[in-house]
Amino acid sequence: MAEVAISVKSVSKQFDKFTAVYNLSLEVKAGERFALLGPNGAGKSTTIKMLTTLLRPTSGELQLNGHNVVKDQDAARKSFGIVFQDPSVDTELTAYENMELHAVMYNVPAAVRHQRITELLELVELTERASSLVKTFSGGMKRRLEIARGLLHEPKVLFLDEPTLGLDAQTRNLLWDYVGRLSRDNGMTVFFTTHYLEEAEANADRIAIIDHGKLIALGTAAQLMKQTKTKTLEQAYLALTGTGTRDESVDPHSNWQAIHRSRSMR
Amino acid sequence: MSVLYILWLRQLKRYFRSKSRIIGAIGQPLLFLLALGYGLGSVYKRAGQGNYLEFLVPGVMVQTVLFSAMFFGAMIIFDRQFGFLKETLVAPVSRFKIMFGGALGGATTAVMQGLLVFLIALPLGFRLHHWANAPVALVVLALFAMTVASFSSAIGSIAQDMQGFQAINQFLIFPLYFLSGALYPLTSVPTWLRIIGEVNPVSYTVDALRWALINQTHFGIARDLLVMVAFLLVGIAFGVYRFRRIEA
Repeated sequence: MAEVAISVKSVSKQFDKFTAVYNLSLEVKAGERFALLGPNGAGKSTTIKMLTTLLRPTSGELQLNGHNVVKDQDAARKSFGIVFQDPSVDTELTAYENMELHAVMYNVPAAVRHQRITELLELVELTERASSLVKTFSGGMKRRLEIARGLLHEPKVLFLDEPTLGLDAQTRNLLWDYVGRLSRDNGMTVFFTTHYLEEAEANADRIAIIDHGKLIALGTAAQLMKQTKTKTLEQAYLALTGTGTRDESVDPHSNWQAIHRSRSMR
Repeated sequence: MSVLYILWLRQLKRYFRSKSRIIGAIGQPLLFLLALGYGLGSVYKRAGQGNYLEFLVPGVMVQTVLFSAMFFGAMIIFDRQFGFLKETLVAPVSRFKIMFGGALGGATTAVMQGLLVFLIALPLGFRLHHWANAPVALVVLALFAMTVASFSSAIGSIAQDMQGFQAINQFLIFPLYFLSGALYPLTSVPTWLRIIGEVNPVSYTVDALRWALINQTHFGIARDLLVMVAFLLVGIAFGVYRFRRIEA
């Protein structure tokens, strides 16, 4: 039996009166590529934020590579890399400086630091712009830099929160090719969210669908289609989550909307 | 390369790359030195108090360090808005180090701004009384800059946006500065104003700097330094406490 890389046990997250995630349980095996799907405001980002120590769960237990995410934060933090949904690079620094800062914070040995930074910048095709300030980069270039940075400390688990949002087809292919290769060759676990269902179908071994903070389906793309008696993942997804649109925001800072909405729904 | 060093370096790089920040931080103190120094100089002299420009320069240096070091708090808000804060918050580095390394960098740039005011004051006729005391001036500026940078990181952690931060700046930092002994001697003001001045930590910094640069003191250098160190410790504790509670 394969090792467990990510374990979520009965996890809930409450913001004031709004429940973003409710009693969520799932397990991801080491080396697996796992997609978390759901409509806007379903709790995907909140789940990733809890797994990456940015938010504390209200209840339940989270484990990452055998480390308790709440109690053993530093060990958990060393073992994952993340590409956030929104940009998180320092635009007043150069690409190389952003990489270097990351390498030092993650304790990448000085002896291999330069080499690894150079290789990764090469891989995401930013070698020529290594010493340009990031504020001169396009959105796609920034995203490529973030991907390179997320891989710099050779994480066992890579989190990707809507990594291809707003990217052109070339960059999307480059990203999935490379992530797939790392998962095959190095046994890296990949946990991602996306709204592009064909991406999930092509790049995930298993898929979880959540809605209103609750897990509603879990399995391979084929299993989900069989379960819903549909022919494509998109049909299966719509059968499970309905066709109504959502506009909840589950960002803790714009919590008001969510509270307001959950009240008016009663 | 240590984490503290790279976070310190980041602040310095950002400072030197922002010409507007450097130039902007010269404009205001220059205006104070010219308008107040020359405008009130003769009145001050007629009142038998001596050379006002000499009295004013340490006050304006403290002003510059105060406002420059407060900028570190604004950096935390920018980092939150531009997303970089998340990158540091998921790193396997203690929140204390993240805040402390950044504050060291913010304090360093603030001290450089303060020294720039000193250089500007020289052609205006400002002279040191004892060169031997000059190192004390540097220590005073460094202690104060670190205290303010730490407080500002607490404020930057509490305020959700730039407007909130500015409001705190207006209601806390401006009064602290204008109600200190920076612009007028505490010996010749109404009692209520003197009392406010004497419980105001900024007064002790101004006084210590005056001792080091022009050999004048209201409280005595020992008391000044004691108060400053106490506020530094409170500032760091407050900054770390608030910064640890940030959730991205």
